Amino acid sequence: MAGTGGLFIEILTAAPGHLGGMSDDADAEADVDAEAGVDTDAEAVDTEADAVDPDEVRHVADLARIDLADADVDRFTEQFADILASFEALDEVPEVDREEDLANVMRPDEEREGLTQEEALANAPETEDGYFKGPRVS
Amino acid sequence: MATDYNAYVTAETIEGADDGPLAGKTVAVKDNISTGGVRTTCGSAMLDDYVPPYDATVVERLTEAGATIPGKTNMDEFGMGTTTETSAFGPVENPAAPGHVPGGSSGGSAAVVAAGDADMALGSDTGGSIRCPAAFCGVVGIKPTYGLVSRYGLVAYANSLEQIGPIAPGVEEAAELLEVIAGPDGRDATTRAPPSTNAAGESGDDLDYASAADGDVDGLDIGVPTELVAGADERVTDVFWDAIADLEDRGASYHEVELPSVEYAVESYYVIAMSEASSNLARFDGVRYGQSGGFDGNWNETFAESRRKGFGDEVKRRVLLGTYALSAGYHDKYYAKAQDARAWIQQDFDAALEEADVLASPTMPVPPMALGESLDDPLTMYLADANTTPVNMANLPAISVPAGETDGGLPVGLQFVGPAFGERAIIRAGSALA
Repeated sequence: MAGTGGLFIEILTAAPGHLGGMSDDADAEADVDAEAGVDTDAEAVDTEADAVDPDEVRHVADLARIDLADADVDRFTEQFADILASFEALDEVPEVDREEDLANVMRPDEEREGLTQEEALANAPETEDGYFKGPRVS
Repeated sequence: MATDYNAYVTAETIEGADDGPLAGKTVAVKDNISTGGVRTTCGSAMLDDYVPPYDATVVERLTEAGATIPGKTNMDEFGMGTTTETSAFGPVENPAAPGHVPGGSSGGSAAVVAAGDADMALGSDTGGSIRCPAAFCGVVGIKPTYGLVSRYGLVAYANSLEQIGPIAPGVEEAAELLEVIAGPDGRDATTRAPPSTNAAGESGDDLDYASAADGDVDGLDIGVPTELVAGADERVTDVFWDAIADLEDRGASYHEVELPSVEYAVESYYVIAMSEASSNLARFDGVRYGQSGGFDGNWNETFAESRRKGFGDEVKRRVLLGTYALSAGYHDKYYAKAQDARAWIQQDFDAALEEADVLASPTMPVPPMALGESLDDPLTMYLADANTTPVNMANLPAISVPAGETDGGLPVGLQFVGPAFGERAIIRAGSALA
Protein backbone atom coordinates (compact mmCIF):
# COMPACT_ATOMS: atom_id res chain seq x y z
CA MET A 1 0.00 0.00 0.00
CA ALA A 2 2.44 2.62 -1.14
CA GLY A 3 0.93 6.04 -0.74
CA THR A 4 -1.03 5.34 2.43
CA GLY A 5 1.31 7.46 4.50
CA GLY A 6 1.00 10.34 2.11
CA LEU A 7 -2.73 9.94 2.09
CA PHE A 8 -3.08 10.50 5.81
CA ILE A 9 -0.63 13.35 5.87
CA GLU A 10 -2.74 15.00 3.24
CA ILE A 11 -5.93 14.51 5.28
CA LEU A 12 -4.32 16.19 8.24
CA THR A 13 -3.08 19.15 6.32
CA ALA A 14 -6.39 19.56 4.57
CA ALA A 15 -8.49 19.93 7.68
CA PRO A 16 -6.56 20.11 10.94
CA GLY A 17 -9.28 21.83 12.93
CA HIS A 18 -11.96 19.45 11.86
CA LEU A 19 -10.10 16.25 12.52
CA GLY A 20 -7.89 16.93 15.50
CA GLY A 21 -9.87 19.79 16.89
CA MET A 22 -7.53 20.60 19.74
CA SER A 23 -6.08 23.89 18.69
CA ASP A 24 -9.35 24.88 17.07
CA ASP A 25 -11.32 24.18 20.23
CA ALA A 26 -8.92 26.21 22.31
CA ASP A 27 -9.50 29.16 20.01
CA ALA A 28 -13.22 28.57 20.17
CA GLU A 29 -13.30 28.67 23.93
CA ALA A 30 -11.32 31.85 24.13
CA ASP A 31 -13.51 33.44 21.51
CA VAL A 32 -16.80 32.61 23.17
CA ASP A 33 -15.50 33.86 26.48
CA ALA A 34 -14.51 37.17 25.03
CA GLU A 35 -17.76 37.48 23.14
CA ALA A 36 -20.03 36.74 26.07
CA GLY A 37 -17.91 38.80 28.44
CA VAL A 38 -18.01 36.22 31.20
CA ASP A 39 -15.49 34.25 33.17
CA THR A 40 -15.51 30.48 33.47
CA ASP A 41 -17.46 30.47 36.72
CA ALA A 42 -20.76 28.74 35.93
CA GLU A 43 -22.68 31.02 38.31
CA ALA A 44 -21.65 34.08 36.41
CA VAL A 45 -23.28 33.04 33.14
CA ASP A 46 -26.73 32.34 34.61
CA THR A 47 -28.21 35.61 33.52
CA GLU A 48 -26.59 35.45 30.09
CA ALA A 49 -27.95 32.07 29.07
CA ASP A 50 -31.37 33.04 27.77
CA ALA A 51 -30.11 36.30 26.37
CA VAL A 52 -28.77 34.83 23.14
CA ASP A 53 -28.54 37.53 20.52
CA PRO A 54 -28.08 37.30 16.76
CA ASP A 55 -24.37 38.16 17.01
CA GLU A 56 -23.82 35.24 19.35
CA VAL A 57 -25.62 32.88 16.98
CA ARG A 58 -23.46 34.16 14.12
CA HIS A 59 -20.35 33.69 16.20
CA VAL A 60 -21.19 30.10 17.17
CA ALA A 61 -22.06 29.36 13.54
CA ASP A 62 -18.66 30.70 12.59
CA LEU A 63 -16.97 28.40 15.11
CA ALA A 64 -18.99 25.44 13.80
CA ARG A 65 -18.12 26.37 10.20
CA ILE A 66 -21.72 26.73 9.11
CA ASP A 67 -22.64 29.70 6.96
CA LEU A 68 -26.08 31.04 7.95
CA ALA A 69 -28.50 33.18 5.99
CA ASP A 70 -29.80 36.26 7.87
CA ALA A 71 -33.28 34.76 8.06
CA ASP A 72 -31.82 31.63 9.68
CA VAL A 73 -29.97 33.74 12.24
CA ASP A 74 -33.20 35.43 13.34
CA ARG A 75 -35.15 32.20 13.55
CA PHE A 76 -32.38 30.36 15.40
CA THR A 77 -31.96 33.24 17.85
CA GLU A 78 -35.61 32.91 18.82
CA GLN A 79 -35.57 29.11 19.02
CA PHE A 80 -32.29 29.00 20.93
CA ALA A 81 -33.74 31.30 23.59
CA ASP A 82 -36.55 28.77 24.22
CA ILE A 83 -34.27 25.76 24.16
CA LEU A 84 -31.56 27.27 26.35
CA ALA A 85 -34.22 28.45 28.81
CA SER A 86 -35.37 24.85 29.15
CA PHE A 87 -31.76 23.74 29.74
CA GLU A 88 -31.72 26.08 32.76
CA ALA A 89 -33.46 23.26 34.63
CA LEU A 90 -30.08 21.50 34.79
CA ASP A 91 -29.01 24.02 37.45
CA GLU A 92 -31.13 21.96 39.89
CA VAL A 93 -29.22 18.73 39.21
CA PRO A 94 -27.05 17.79 42.20
CA GLU A 95 -23.43 16.74 41.84
CA VAL A 96 -23.39 12.98 41.44
CA ASP A 97 -20.54 10.58 42.12
CA ARG A 98 -19.96 8.27 39.20
CA GLU A 99 -19.47 4.61 39.76
CA GLU A 100 -18.24 3.67 36.32
CA ASP A 101 -16.68 0.26 35.99
CA LEU A 102 -14.50 0.87 32.96
CA ALA A 103 -11.91 -1.37 31.35
CA ASN A 104 -9.63 -0.67 28.43
CA VAL A 105 -10.29 -2.75 25.33
CA MET A 106 -7.06 -3.49 23.50
CA ARG A 107 -6.04 -5.63 20.58
CA PRO A 108 -2.61 -6.74 19.43
CA ASP A 109 -0.97 -4.10 17.25
CA GLU A 110 -0.82 -6.25 14.15
CA GLU A 111 -0.97 -5.31 10.51
CA ARG A 112 -4.36 -5.98 8.97
CA GLU A 113 -6.23 -5.17 5.83
CA GLY A 114 -7.61 -1.68 5.40
CA LEU A 115 -9.15 0.35 2.60
CA THR A 116 -7.13 0.72 -0.56
CA GLN A 117 -6.12 4.22 -1.56
CA GLU A 118 -8.63 4.07 -4.39
CA GLU A 119 -11.45 3.08 -2.03
CA ALA A 120 -10.53 5.80 0.46
CA LEU A 121 -10.61 8.44 -2.25
CA ALA A 122 -13.72 7.17 -4.04
CA ASN A 123 -16.16 9.59 -2.37
CA ALA A 124 -14.00 12.69 -2.50
CA PRO A 125 -15.38 15.45 -4.72
CA GLU A 126 -11.82 16.34 -5.80
CA THR A 127 -8.58 14.36 -5.79
CA GLU A 128 -5.17 14.86 -7.30
CA ASP A 129 -2.29 12.38 -7.65
CA GLY A 130 -3.81 10.06 -5.05
CA TYR A 131 -4.53 12.81 -2.55
CA PHE A 132 -7.70 14.48 -1.33
CA LYS A 133 -7.79 17.95 -2.75
CA GLY A 134 -8.94 20.63 -0.31
CA PRO A 135 -9.43 24.37 -0.57
CA ARG A 136 -6.49 26.71 -0.10
CA VAL A 137 -5.62 27.39 3.52
CA SER A 138 -5.64 31.19 3.41
CA MET B 1 -46.29 0.05 -1.65
CA ALA B 2 -43.36 1.56 0.13
CA THR B 3 -43.09 4.30 -2.49
CA ASP B 4 -46.54 5.64 -1.57
CA TYR B 5 -45.35 6.72 1.84
CA ASN B 6 -41.74 7.52 0.90
CA ALA B 7 -40.17 4.89 3.14
CA TYR B 8 -37.10 4.05 1.04
CA VAL B 9 -34.33 6.44 0.07
CA THR B 10 -32.74 3.73 -2.09
CA ALA B 11 -34.64 0.61 -3.15
CA GLU B 12 -31.73 -1.56 -4.22
CA THR B 13 -31.63 -5.23 -3.30
CA ILE B 14 -28.65 -6.78 -1.51
CA GLU B 15 -28.80 -10.57 -1.63
CA GLY B 16 -27.85 -12.65 1.39
CA ALA B 17 -26.42 -16.14 1.74
CA ASP B 18 -28.56 -19.09 0.63
CA ASP B 19 -28.83 -20.57 4.08
CA GLY B 20 -29.11 -19.22 7.58
CA PRO B 21 -31.63 -18.28 10.25
CA LEU B 22 -32.93 -15.36 8.14
CA ALA B 23 -32.99 -17.16 4.74
CA GLY B 24 -36.03 -16.09 2.77
CA LYS B 25 -36.60 -13.00 4.96
CA THR B 26 -36.32 -9.38 3.90
CA VAL B 27 -34.70 -6.98 6.37
CA ALA B 28 -34.74 -3.29 5.42
CA VAL B 29 -31.81 -1.23 6.71
CA LYS B 30 -31.88 2.35 7.98
CA ASP B 31 -29.91 4.66 5.74
CA ASN B 32 -27.33 5.60 8.37
CA ILE B 33 -25.98 2.02 8.41
CA SER B 34 -23.19 1.50 5.87
CA THR B 35 -23.84 -0.86 2.96
CA GLY B 36 -20.77 -1.46 0.81
CA GLY B 37 -21.45 -0.40 -2.78
CA VAL B 38 -24.97 0.89 -2.00
CA ARG B 39 -25.34 4.58 -1.23
CA THR B 40 -25.91 5.56 2.38
CA THR B 41 -27.30 9.07 2.74
CA CYS B 42 -28.27 9.45 6.42
CA GLY B 43 -31.27 11.33 5.02
CA SER B 44 -28.94 14.22 4.22
CA ALA B 45 -28.17 16.17 1.09
CA MET B 46 -24.59 16.21 2.40
CA LEU B 47 -24.28 12.49 1.60
CA ASP B 48 -26.71 12.10 -1.29
CA ASP B 49 -24.11 10.39 -3.44
CA TYR B 50 -21.97 8.79 -0.72
CA VAL B 51 -21.27 5.10 -1.41
CA PRO B 52 -19.55 3.35 1.53
CA PRO B 53 -16.53 1.22 0.60
CA TYR B 54 -17.39 -1.31 3.33
CA ASP B 55 -20.30 -2.99 5.13
CA ALA B 56 -21.34 -2.24 8.70
CA THR B 57 -20.85 -5.28 10.96
CA VAL B 58 -24.63 -5.68 11.32
CA VAL B 59 -25.03 -5.73 7.52
CA GLU B 60 -22.36 -8.42 7.25
CA ARG B 61 -24.18 -10.44 9.91
CA LEU B 62 -27.55 -10.00 8.16
CA THR B 63 -26.36 -11.22 4.79
CA GLU B 64 -24.36 -14.09 6.34
CA ALA B 65 -27.60 -15.11 8.11
CA GLY B 66 -29.35 -15.29 4.74
CA ALA B 67 -31.40 -12.09 4.88
CA THR B 68 -32.18 -10.14 1.73
CA ILE B 69 -31.93 -6.37 2.17
CA PRO B 70 -34.64 -4.76 0.01
CA GLY B 71 -33.40 -1.20 0.46
CA LYS B 72 -32.23 1.65 2.63
CA THR B 73 -34.94 3.34 4.64
CA ASN B 74 -35.71 7.02 4.97
CA MET B 75 -34.93 8.73 8.27
CA ASP B 76 -34.60 12.07 10.00
CA GLU B 77 -31.39 13.69 8.81
CA PHE B 78 -28.48 12.03 10.68
CA GLY B 79 -31.07 10.61 13.10
CA MET B 80 -32.02 14.05 14.39
CA GLY B 81 -35.77 14.11 14.76
CA THR B 82 -38.80 12.44 16.27
CA THR B 83 -41.07 12.45 13.21
CA THR B 84 -39.03 11.51 10.08
CA GLU B 85 -39.88 14.89 8.60
CA THR B 86 -36.34 16.34 8.63
CA SER B 87 -35.05 14.06 5.84
CA ALA B 88 -33.63 15.78 2.78
CA PHE B 89 -35.59 13.15 0.82
CA GLY B 90 -38.95 14.30 2.14
CA PRO B 91 -41.14 13.15 5.03
CA VAL B 92 -42.39 9.59 5.52
CA GLU B 93 -46.12 9.05 6.05
CA ASN B 94 -47.37 6.59 8.66
CA PRO B 95 -48.97 3.61 6.86
CA ALA B 96 -50.77 2.65 10.10
CA ALA B 97 -52.19 6.17 10.57
CA PRO B 98 -52.45 8.02 7.24
CA GLY B 99 -51.95 11.77 7.51
CA HIS B 100 -49.72 11.28 10.55
CA VAL B 101 -45.98 11.02 11.08
CA PRO B 102 -44.45 7.54 11.49
CA GLY B 103 -42.29 8.72 14.39
CA GLY B 104 -38.56 9.04 14.13
CA SER B 105 -35.90 8.94 13.44
CA SER B 106 -36.14 5.37 12.07
CA GLY B 107 -39.53 6.18 10.50
CA GLY B 108 -38.87 4.48 7.18
CA SER B 109 -37.83 1.24 8.89
CA ALA B 110 -40.97 1.10 11.04
CA ALA B 111 -43.16 2.08 8.10
CA VAL B 112 -42.01 -0.72 5.76
CA VAL B 113 -42.58 -3.26 8.53
CA ALA B 114 -46.02 -1.85 9.41
CA ALA B 115 -47.05 -1.91 5.74
CA GLY B 116 -45.72 -5.43 5.21
CA ASP B 117 -43.26 -4.27 2.54
CA ALA B 118 -40.39 -5.85 4.48
CA ASP B 119 -40.48 -8.68 7.00
CA MET B 120 -38.26 -6.83 9.45
CA ALA B 121 -35.94 -3.84 9.61
CA LEU B 122 -32.97 -2.36 11.41
CA GLY B 123 -33.14 1.06 13.02
CA SER B 124 -30.84 2.99 15.33
CA ASP B 125 -31.86 4.48 18.65
CA THR B 126 -30.01 7.46 20.15
CA GLY B 127 -32.88 8.87 22.24
CA GLY B 128 -35.85 6.78 21.14
CA SER B 129 -35.39 6.51 17.39
CA ILE B 130 -36.35 2.80 17.24
CA ARG B 131 -39.01 2.76 19.97
CA CYS B 132 -40.85 5.94 18.91
CA PRO B 133 -41.53 4.87 15.29
CA ALA B 134 -42.33 1.32 16.47
CA ALA B 135 -44.94 2.78 18.83
CA PHE B 136 -46.39 5.19 16.24
CA CYS B 137 -46.59 2.51 13.52
CA GLY B 138 -47.98 -0.28 15.74
CA VAL B 139 -44.96 -2.59 15.49
CA VAL B 140 -42.24 -3.89 17.85
CA GLY B 141 -38.85 -2.23 18.33
CA ILE B 142 -35.92 -3.09 20.59
CA LYS B 143 -33.20 -0.71 21.78
CA PRO B 144 -30.49 -3.07 23.04
CA THR B 145 -28.22 -2.52 26.05
CA TYR B 146 -25.37 -0.18 25.11
CA GLY B 147 -22.55 -2.42 23.93
CA LEU B 148 -24.64 -5.43 22.86
CA VAL B 149 -24.69 -4.58 19.13
CA SER B 150 -21.74 -3.34 17.10
CA ARG B 151 -21.85 0.26 15.87
CA TYR B 152 -19.08 -0.32 13.33
CA GLY B 153 -20.37 1.23 10.12
CA LEU B 154 -23.14 3.22 11.82
CA VAL B 155 -22.65 6.87 10.88
CA ALA B 156 -22.24 8.50 14.29
CA TYR B 157 -24.64 11.11 15.66
CA ALA B 158 -24.14 10.74 19.45
CA ASN B 159 -21.97 7.70 19.93
CA SER B 160 -22.20 7.37 23.73
CA LEU B 161 -25.97 6.95 23.44
CA GLU B 162 -26.82 5.06 20.25
CA GLN B 163 -27.43 1.41 19.45
CA ILE B 164 -28.64 -0.41 16.35
CA GLY B 165 -31.68 -2.61 16.97
CA PRO B 166 -34.49 -4.62 15.35
CA ILE B 167 -38.00 -3.60 14.27
CA ALA B 168 -40.50 -6.38 13.49
CA PRO B 169 -44.23 -7.11 13.50
CA GLY B 170 -43.96 -9.31 16.61
CA VAL B 171 -41.67 -9.72 19.61
CA GLU B 172 -40.41 -13.18 18.64
CA GLU B 173 -39.26 -12.03 15.19
CA ALA B 174 -37.58 -8.98 16.69
CA ALA B 175 -35.77 -11.30 19.12
CA GLU B 176 -34.66 -13.56 16.24
CA LEU B 177 -33.22 -10.57 14.41
CA LEU B 178 -31.48 -9.41 17.60
CA GLU B 179 -29.80 -12.82 17.92
CA VAL B 180 -28.29 -12.32 14.47
CA ILE B 181 -26.88 -8.82 14.98
CA ALA B 182 -25.85 -8.96 18.67
CA GLY B 183 -22.52 -9.96 20.16
CA PRO B 184 -18.99 -8.60 20.47
CA ASP B 185 -17.16 -7.15 17.47
CA GLY B 186 -13.43 -6.56 17.32
CA ARG B 187 -14.09 -3.43 15.26
CA ASP B 188 -16.19 -1.73 17.95
CA ALA B 189 -14.34 -1.51 21.26
CA THR B 190 -17.56 -0.58 23.10
CA THR B 191 -19.15 -3.98 22.43
CA ARG B 192 -19.22 -6.56 25.22
CA ALA B 193 -20.16 -10.18 25.59
CA PRO B 194 -23.41 -10.23 27.55
CA PRO B 195 -22.95 -11.95 30.90
CA SER B 196 -25.98 -14.15 30.36
CA THR B 197 -27.43 -14.91 26.94
CA ASN B 198 -29.44 -18.08 27.07
CA ALA B 199 -32.35 -19.74 28.82
CA ALA B 200 -30.14 -21.37 31.43
CA GLY B 201 -28.65 -18.01 32.35
CA GLU B 202 -25.22 -19.16 31.22
CA SER B 203 -22.62 -17.01 29.60
CA GLY B 204 -21.44 -17.95 26.15
CA ASP B 205 -21.47 -17.24 22.45
CA ASP B 206 -24.84 -18.83 21.94
CA LEU B 207 -27.20 -15.85 21.97
CA ASP B 208 -30.71 -16.94 22.75
CA TYR B 209 -33.40 -14.30 22.89
CA ALA B 210 -36.27 -15.76 20.86
CA SER B 211 -36.98 -18.53 23.39
CA ALA B 212 -37.82 -15.85 25.96
CA ALA B 213 -40.80 -14.77 23.84
CA ASP B 214 -43.14 -17.25 25.51
CA GLY B 215 -45.75 -14.77 26.76
CA ASP B 216 -45.38 -16.03 30.33
CA VAL B 217 -45.76 -13.11 32.73
CA ASP B 218 -46.99 -15.10 35.72
CA GLY B 219 -45.17 -13.69 38.75
CA LEU B 220 -43.62 -10.80 36.78
CA ASP B 221 -43.03 -7.76 38.99
CA ILE B 222 -43.53 -4.55 37.01
CA GLY B 223 -42.42 -1.12 38.25
CA VAL B 224 -44.29 1.87 36.81
CA PRO B 225 -42.32 5.15 37.05
CA THR B 226 -44.90 7.76 38.04
CA GLU B 227 -42.98 10.55 36.28
CA LEU B 228 -43.30 8.80 32.90
CA VAL B 229 -47.06 8.40 33.16
CA ALA B 230 -48.02 11.71 34.79
CA GLY B 231 -47.00 13.84 31.84
CA ALA B 232 -48.62 11.69 29.16
CA ASP B 233 -51.72 12.43 27.12
CA GLU B 234 -54.87 10.79 28.52
CA ARG B 235 -55.56 9.04 25.21
CA VAL B 236 -52.23 7.28 25.71
CA THR B 237 -52.50 6.54 29.44
CA ASP B 238 -55.98 5.01 29.01
CA VAL B 239 -54.51 2.43 26.64
CA PHE B 240 -51.45 1.98 28.87
CA TRP B 241 -53.44 1.16 32.01
CA ASP B 242 -55.69 -1.24 30.07
CA ALA B 243 -52.57 -3.12 28.99
CA ILE B 244 -51.24 -3.22 32.57
CA ALA B 245 -54.61 -4.61 33.72
CA ASP B 246 -54.35 -7.25 31.01
CA LEU B 247 -50.90 -8.25 32.30
CA GLU B 248 -52.26 -8.40 35.87
CA ASP B 249 -55.00 -10.78 34.70
CA ARG B 250 -52.22 -13.04 33.49
CA GLY B 251 -50.38 -13.18 36.78
CA ALA B 252 -48.16 -10.07 36.70
CA SER B 253 -48.24 -7.45 39.43
CA TYR B 254 -47.24 -3.80 39.37
CA HIS B 255 -46.12 -1.16 41.82
CA GLU B 256 -45.35 2.51 41.31
CA VAL B 257 -41.75 3.69 41.51
CA GLU B 258 -40.26 7.17 41.60
CA LEU B 259 -37.38 8.26 39.40
CA PRO B 260 -36.90 11.94 40.31
CA SER B 261 -33.90 12.24 37.97
CA VAL B 262 -35.93 11.60 34.81
CA GLU B 263 -37.48 15.07 35.15
CA TYR B 264 -34.11 16.26 33.80
CA ALA B 265 -33.65 13.54 31.18
CA VAL B 266 -34.77 15.40 28.06
CA GLU B 267 -32.67 18.49 28.79
CA SER B 268 -29.55 16.54 29.75
CA TYR B 269 -30.01 14.16 26.84
CA TYR B 270 -30.16 17.01 24.34
CA VAL B 271 -27.09 18.72 25.81
CA ILE B 272 -25.06 15.51 25.52
CA ALA B 273 -26.44 14.47 22.12
CA MET B 274 -25.95 17.92 20.60
CA SER B 275 -22.44 18.20 22.03
CA GLU B 276 -21.43 14.84 20.60
CA ALA B 277 -23.09 15.73 17.31
CA SER B 278 -21.14 18.97 17.02
CA SER B 279 -17.95 16.93 17.16
CA ASN B 280 -19.06 13.90 15.12
CA LEU B 281 -20.43 15.99 12.27
CA ALA B 282 -17.25 18.08 11.98
CA ARG B 283 -16.00 15.49 9.47
CA PHE B 284 -18.51 16.62 6.86
CA ASP B 285 -16.54 19.34 5.14
CA GLY B 286 -16.88 18.50 1.47
CA VAL B 287 -13.29 17.31 1.10
CA ARG B 288 -13.30 13.57 1.80
CA TYR B 289 -17.01 13.24 1.02
CA GLY B 290 -20.05 15.45 0.98
CA GLN B 291 -21.25 18.51 -0.81
CA SER B 292 -18.47 20.54 -2.23
CA GLY B 293 -17.10 21.77 -5.31
CA GLY B 294 -15.59 24.92 -6.49
CA PHE B 295 -16.69 27.36 -3.81
CA ASP B 296 -14.46 30.42 -3.71
CA GLY B 297 -12.63 31.61 -0.66
CA ASN B 298 -10.32 30.13 1.94
CA TRP B 299 -10.89 26.78 3.57
CA ASN B 300 -13.03 28.07 6.47
CA GLU B 301 -15.34 29.86 4.06
CA THR B 302 -15.45 26.84 1.78
CA PHE B 303 -16.30 24.42 4.59
CA ALA B 304 -18.97 26.79 5.94
CA GLU B 305 -20.54 27.04 2.48
CA SER B 306 -20.48 23.26 2.04
CA ARG B 307 -22.14 22.77 5.42
CA ARG B 308 -24.79 25.45 4.74
CA LYS B 309 -25.76 23.65 1.56
CA GLY B 310 -25.42 20.10 2.86
CA PHE B 311 -27.13 20.29 6.26
CA GLY B 312 -30.82 20.86 6.96
CA ASP B 313 -32.23 23.10 9.69
CA GLU B 314 -32.43 20.55 12.49
CA VAL B 315 -28.85 19.43 11.96
CA LYS B 316 -27.62 23.03 11.95
CA ARG B 317 -29.60 23.72 15.12
CA ARG B 318 -28.06 20.78 16.98
CA VAL B 319 -24.50 21.38 15.79
CA LEU B 320 -24.72 25.05 16.80
CA LEU B 321 -26.26 24.34 20.21
CA GLY B 322 -23.69 21.60 20.80
CA THR B 323 -20.85 23.94 19.90
CA TYR B 324 -22.33 26.50 22.28
CA ALA B 325 -22.77 24.00 25.14
CA LEU B 326 -19.14 22.88 24.91
CA SER B 327 -17.62 26.34 24.83
CA ALA B 328 -15.81 27.82 27.83
CA GLY B 329 -18.03 29.34 30.48
CA TYR B 330 -20.90 27.20 29.26
CA HIS B 331 -19.23 23.79 29.45
CA ASP B 332 -19.64 23.53 33.24
CA LYS B 333 -23.13 24.94 33.14
CA TYR B 334 -24.50 22.63 30.46
CA TYR B 335 -22.27 19.68 29.60
CA ALA B 336 -20.92 18.90 33.08
CA LYS B 337 -24.40 19.20 34.62
CA ALA B 338 -25.82 16.94 31.93
CA GLN B 339 -23.21 14.30 32.80
CA ASP B 340 -24.23 14.59 36.45
CA ALA B 341 -27.83 14.09 35.40
CA ARG B 342 -26.81 11.04 33.37
CA ALA B 343 -25.11 9.43 36.39
CA TRP B 344 -28.13 10.25 38.55
CA ILE B 345 -30.52 8.69 36.02
CA GLN B 346 -28.38 5.55 35.96
CA GLN B 347 -28.53 5.30 39.77
CA ASP B 348 -32.30 5.82 39.81
CA PHE B 349 -32.89 3.08 37.23
CA ASP B 350 -30.53 0.67 38.99
CA ALA B 351 -32.38 1.19 42.28
CA ALA B 352 -35.81 0.78 40.68
CA LEU B 353 -34.74 -2.39 38.89
CA GLU B 354 -33.59 -3.91 42.16
CA GLU B 355 -37.24 -3.86 43.25
CA ALA B 356 -38.81 -4.89 39.93
CA ASP B 357 -38.14 -7.28 37.03
CA VAL B 358 -38.95 -4.65 34.42
CA LEU B 359 -40.22 -1.05 34.33
CA ALA B 360 -43.22 -0.11 32.18
CA SER B 361 -44.42 3.21 30.75
CA PRO B 362 -46.06 4.55 27.62
CA THR B 363 -43.34 4.59 24.94
CA MET B 364 -44.41 8.05 23.76
CA PRO B 365 -46.37 10.53 25.88
CA VAL B 366 -48.47 11.50 22.84
CA PRO B 367 -50.11 9.70 19.90
CA PRO B 368 -48.60 10.25 16.42
CA MET B 369 -48.63 13.91 15.41
CA ALA B 370 -50.28 15.06 12.19
CA LEU B 371 -47.78 15.53 9.35
CA GLY B 372 -46.24 19.01 9.42
CA GLU B 373 -47.52 19.83 12.91
CA SER B 374 -44.24 19.89 14.86
CA LEU B 375 -41.65 21.16 12.40
CA ASP B 376 -41.63 24.81 13.47
CA ASP B 377 -41.43 24.12 17.17
CA PRO B 378 -38.26 22.14 17.94
CA LEU B 379 -38.60 22.35 21.72
CA THR B 380 -42.04 20.71 21.68
CA MET B 381 -40.63 17.97 19.46
CA TYR B 382 -37.75 17.40 21.92
CA LEU B 383 -40.17 17.09 24.84
CA ALA B 384 -41.93 14.21 23.08
CA ASP B 385 -38.78 12.16 23.85
CA ALA B 386 -39.44 12.35 27.62
CA ASN B 387 -39.98 8.60 28.11
CA THR B 388 -37.39 7.22 25.70
CA THR B 389 -34.28 9.38 26.33
CA PRO B 390 -33.81 8.29 30.00
CA VAL B 391 -33.16 4.73 28.80
CA ASN B 392 -30.31 5.79 26.49
CA MET B 393 -28.85 7.90 29.29
CA ALA B 394 -28.88 4.81 31.53
CA ASN B 395 -27.43 2.51 28.80
CA LEU B 396 -30.29 0.04 29.40
CA PRO B 397 -32.31 -2.20 27.06
CA ALA B 398 -35.94 -1.37 26.23
CA ILE B 399 -38.66 -2.70 23.98
CA SER B 400 -41.73 -0.96 22.57
CA VAL B 401 -44.71 -3.20 21.89
CA PRO B 402 -48.15 -2.28 20.53
CA ALA B 403 -50.55 -1.80 23.45
CA GLY B 404 -53.67 -0.87 21.51
CA GLU B 405 -55.15 2.19 19.82
CA THR B 406 -56.67 5.47 20.91
CA ASP B 407 -60.40 6.00 20.35
CA GLY B 408 -59.38 7.75 17.17
CA GLY B 409 -57.55 4.66 15.92
CA LEU B 410 -53.98 5.86 16.50
CA PRO B 411 -51.41 3.24 17.62
CA VAL B 412 -50.08 3.40 21.19
CA GLY B 413 -46.87 1.69 22.29
CA LEU B 414 -45.91 0.37 25.72
CA GLN B 415 -42.25 0.42 26.74
CA PHE B 416 -40.58 -2.14 28.99
CA VAL B 417 -37.13 -1.29 30.38
CA GLY B 418 -34.87 -4.00 31.79
CA PRO B 419 -31.54 -4.21 33.61
CA ALA B 420 -28.29 -4.07 31.60
CA PHE B 421 -28.10 -7.10 29.29
CA GLY B 422 -31.54 -8.15 30.56
CA GLU B 423 -32.93 -8.43 27.01
CA ARG B 424 -34.63 -11.73 27.87
CA ALA B 425 -36.71 -10.05 30.60
CA ILE B 426 -38.10 -7.31 28.34
CA ILE B 427 -38.66 -9.77 25.48
CA ARG B 428 -40.66 -12.08 27.76
CA ALA B 429 -42.74 -9.19 29.15
CA GLY B 430 -43.32 -7.75 25.67
CA SER B 431 -44.33 -11.10 24.21
CA ALA B 432 -47.37 -11.13 26.46
CA LEU B 433 -48.74 -8.19 24.44
CA ALA B 434 -47.40 -8.75 20.89
